[in-house]
Amino acid sequence: MGLKERLEQLRKEGLQQIANSSDPDKVNAVRVSMLGKKGSLTAVLRGMKDLAADQRPVVGKYANEVRNDLQAAIEKRSAELAKNILNAKLQAETLDVTLPGTAVAQGQPHVIQQIIDQLEDLFIGMGYQIAVGDEVEEEVYNFEKLNLPKDHPARDMQDTFYVTPSVLMRTQTSPMQARMMEKHDFTKGPLKMISPGKVYRRDTDDPTHSHQFNQVEGLVVGKHVTMADLKGTLQEVARNLFGDDLDIRLRPSYFPFTEPSVEVDITCFKCKGKGCAICKNTGWIEVLGAGMVHPNVLQMSGVDPEKYGGFAFGLGPDRFAMLKYGVEDIRDFYLNDVRFLTQFNEKG
Amino acid sequence: MKVSYNWLNQYIDLKANKISPAALGEKLARTSVDLNDVSSPSDGLKKLVVGEVKECVAHPNSDHLHICQVQISPDETTQIVCGAPNVQAGKKVIVALPGARIADNVKIRRGKIRGEKSNGMLCALQEIGFSNSIAPQDYDEGIYFLPDDAKVGDSIFSYLGMDDTIVDTDVTPNRGDMLSMYGNVNDIAAIYDLPKHFSTHECTEDAAEQADDLIKVHVDDEKIAPTYLMRIIKGVKVQPSPLWMQIRLWNSGVRPKNNVVDVTNYVLLKYGQPLHSFDYDKLPVKEIHVKHPADGTKMTTLDGEERILKANDIVIAADDKPIALAGTMGGLETAVDDNTTTVALESAIFDPVMVRKQARRLDLHSESSMRFERGINPETVEKALNEAAYWLQQLAGGQVAKGIVRGSQAAVKARQIQLSTKRVNFVLGTDLKTEQITDIMRRLDFATETVGDKIMVTVPARRWDISIPADLNEEIARLYGYDKIPSTLPTMTRTVGGLTSRQKFLRASRHVMEGLGLNQAISYSLTTAKKAKQFQIQPTDREPMQVDYPMSSEHVATRMSIISGLLNDVAYNIAHKVANVALYEMGRVFLPNGEPRPVEHEHLAGVLTGQLTADNWHQKTKNVDFFQMKGIVEQYLKNIAVAGKITYVANHDRNEMHPGRTADILLDDQLIGYLGQVHPLVAKDYRIPETYVFELNLEALIKADKRSRHYEYISKYPAITRDIALLVDNKVTNQEVVDVMTKHGGAYLKDIHLFDVYEGVHLPNGKKSLAYTLTYQDDRATLKEEQVNTAFDKIVQRLQDDLNAEIR
Repeated sequence: MGLKERLEQLRKEGLQQIANSSDPDKVNAVRVSMLGKKGSLTAVLRGMKDLAADQRPVVGKYANEVRNDLQAAIEKRSAELAKNILNAKLQAETLDVTLPGTAVAQGQPHVIQQIIDQLEDLFIGMGYQIAVGDEVEEEVYNFEKLNLPKDHPARDMQDTFYVTPSVLMRTQTSPMQARMMEKHDFTKGPLKMISPGKVYRRDTDDPTHSHQFNQVEGLVVGKHVTMADLKGTLQEVARNLFGDDLDIRLRPSYFPFTEPSVEVDITCFKCKGKGCAICKNTGWIEVLGAGMVHPNVLQMSGVDPEKYGGFAFGLGPDRFAMLKYGVEDIRDFYLNDVRFLTQFNEKG
Repeated sequence: MKVSYNWLNQYIDLKANKISPAALGEKLARTSVDLNDVSSPSDGLKKLVVGEVKECVAHPNSDHLHICQVQISPDETTQIVCGAPNVQAGKKVIVALPGARIADNVKIRRGKIRGEKSNGMLCALQEIGFSNSIAPQDYDEGIYFLPDDAKVGDSIFSYLGMDDTIVDTDVTPNRGDMLSMYGNVNDIAAIYDLPKHFSTHECTEDAAEQADDLIKVHVDDEKIAPTYLMRIIKGVKVQPSPLWMQIRLWNSGVRPKNNVVDVTNYVLLKYGQPLHSFDYDKLPVKEIHVKHPADGTKMTTLDGEERILKANDIVIAADDKPIALAGTMGGLETAVDDNTTTVALESAIFDPVMVRKQARRLDLHSESSMRFERGINPETVEKALNEAAYWLQQLAGGQVAKGIVRGSQAAVKARQIQLSTKRVNFVLGTDLKTEQITDIMRRLDFATETVGDKIMVTVPARRWDISIPADLNEEIARLYGYDKIPSTLPTMTRTVGGLTSRQKFLRASRHVMEGLGLNQAISYSLTTAKKAKQFQIQPTDREPMQVDYPMSSEHVATRMSIISGLLNDVAYNIAHKVANVALYEMGRVFLPNGEPRPVEHEHLAGVLTGQLTADNWHQKTKNVDFFQMKGIVEQYLKNIAVAGKITYVANHDRNEMHPGRTADILLDDQLIGYLGQVHPLVAKDYRIPETYVFELNLEALIKADKRSRHYEYISKYPAITRDIALLVDNKVTNQEVVDVMTKHGGAYLKDIHLFDVYEGVHLPNGKKSLAYTLTYQDDRATLKEEQVNTAFDKIVQRLQDDLNAEIR
């Protein structure tokens, strides 16, 4: 048999053995037996020196081809086998992916806080500042400076926790109207603020009353602020909190610190105005009170009502949260049942 | 106010203009005053007809039932068993036929009562939906008798005014004028721009006597009664008033009593003018004074209660004895009764504040006091008096003495208010023309005079709520229609909104807490006095601020710490089988300091009990402990980047805390808060299990210097670590060890990490083992072994010398 035939035979045998190898060790054994130092192909190559000079390049080239073919077959087979082994291993590692994930401790903001934050962000975007006041207030700021003199029948609208005749738990965050107007330098531009915080009423707690709840007061005073501006602003609030397609409507009302005074209704977000149980078939839900700042209030805070005017509104995050999430009992907000608190965990 | 649609329709053509009660209610709510309800007294009732009792005999098997043969249509008579004591033959009665619905949705069926057939029921007013507070007293003990001319078989509704619809409005304190038919007619006419035909009645003075010969009236101070008028009506016969008037009253929520009282109430509803009738003959002297009583004066009011008066009350006095509380309630001694023949009729305006205080103090709020408090129309004081006298003539056969006795009578003044069209539009954001504004004023019956852009409006006294241009803006806005006002946003100098640094700090604090796994709680600031004082960061003996007249013993005093409220929250969760509670709360605490108002500080507090994450199939979780809470506090303080040095110092003396598991938190030696385990006895009081808490005074942290946010170089050269285990006395703290290491660690010591603490059987008594990994690194070169060895040996030496540590 000539060298060439011998090489051809080795190639055949080698490829056969590689293909038959069932694990990486056997593939390696084939490599050693053929390509190793004492391998059969190596032996053939050693025999090249006995060839005639003109034969050597021809046979040499052919031998290299055979070696490369075997090499490639070994690599290919090794990779195949390794992949099979890995696949088997991964198969064995299969999990029940429906088992629950490991719990992570994550806290949630209180649902009322979420509403307040949302309102703060909205109003900051419209150029408002946030003014936070004290919860124990002077009677003068809570009532007198809001055009609510002593013995005014409107005081019946808010039962008050007094501490002394001149000190009380604030019944509204409206005192910040007077406090901010007194401080504001109107020559530097308008005052635009909201004031969120806790307020207190002398009420017996029940599903719809709480002696403690929250209020966000809003006030804009400047050289030219209109009732249309109030309407537009409240429209933004309604849409931001309850949905883009909602409308608002104003109805006459009475607050001593605004004139005209209005109640503000929004389209029922549940039935979109068709009428349902939530809106008592009216299609509208009353959500806040508002109006144009009463000249007396401006005057008492040292602002000239001839030169300046504005609007004010007061809304209740508790009521908003009750409406938005269908919470039936206002007391749930203050009992802090973990199961209640952690429900409101949507972000963004 | 319960406004009768039928009564309104008498003065303004609602039905003819196809304005339904529901539409009217909606319109009022959108344009005038809030609406409670629109409903008819006949809602939910059916098959109630006029019957005539033809025969009435005692039931053989009962001592109180009667068997009645009742004619229920021109050609049908049926048997009905009736238990009312007043049932008698010949009376027209209310019959609920089989299949009828009566009050409370009760259905009437044919049946047998003690063996006798009963095909329906004879009804009292209460049984067809009248409340006790409006059903006439005369029929308290039995069924109601319809007028004798009622037609048998007719529906009863029209006979009793039950076919009316009641528009029940919720009148705000400024619109006292809407507490009368007169005010409603004026407003509704303006809203719909309809003509009104409100009619009044004048009396004829047909008695021989002059009224001021019969009585003298003195108003001692015109402030307390700016107007006080009186008429005397003689020869009155007290009896029930006619059914039409009773219907007006009960449909307005007022109970008919007798003609004299009913007339005063009718006039009150019609004009909003409260009247009071005295029995003239019972007056001790015929000279009365309107005045303040002496402090402590006693009088018995109509309801039989003895009242002790105060010097700022208003009374009507005769012979220096109070005979009525002005505006609130009459006196028993001068009350009109069935035998009264001469009536002294009062129509007045009293000071609203004084009436309000008196009514509040004595808890005597009435239809009258409510109107005096909200104001009285000065235009109709006299008209109302005259109309009442007219009805007493008509309905009680009285003769009216000549003249009105006047104790005082304030002039009726219309107010003039100047508007400018430009200004109205400037405020409302509208584009109204002058003519549109004057047209609205015309609808309101406000006279106007226009000069160019200026409109001079004359507001009649009946709208005493209107005194400045802003008030007229409201009239314009509501009658023009709020829906037509455009929606815009303020266009003024641009302002930059944003949070202050304090507000940013507080928001960041909340976010950190949530990131660390705590849920935000909002608890009550008012609590018991005992709880309010607990858990103060800087314990004091001061009592918490308390409110007057609390509504509940649970909410009396303002909190001086947040923790006590959080423990209430834990207790609520535990009681509801929620074992794992991780909460934080940020809010005000109230620290009394001798000033009228307490200091309010913003605090942050947290509470942990159970596990931070619940056990699951995959891993068991440890219960929370001191170090878990400390880790949260440490991480928070890192996140808010205070520059100063934070230290934790054991405090064994906090009353509410575990003496061995509590640390004060100091910022550069200033106390800013504490953390630890709630004392087991306190926990027991709150009914909670092992619980860990912290509270921080954020005012101190807000003020504190913050770390500058300067980048820290990360060394590229390798670090070398050395582990060291020490055996030290039990009382040696980690902090002491770390302090020694830090002080003597040398320039290359980058980190000290405690990885093991061991106390137990394998160690000598009173000893513990602490093991640390020390990390050395040079920022500019590779450290050499020898450099580390030298530095490490120095630490070892100092630990041995200073803390008597044994290196293991």
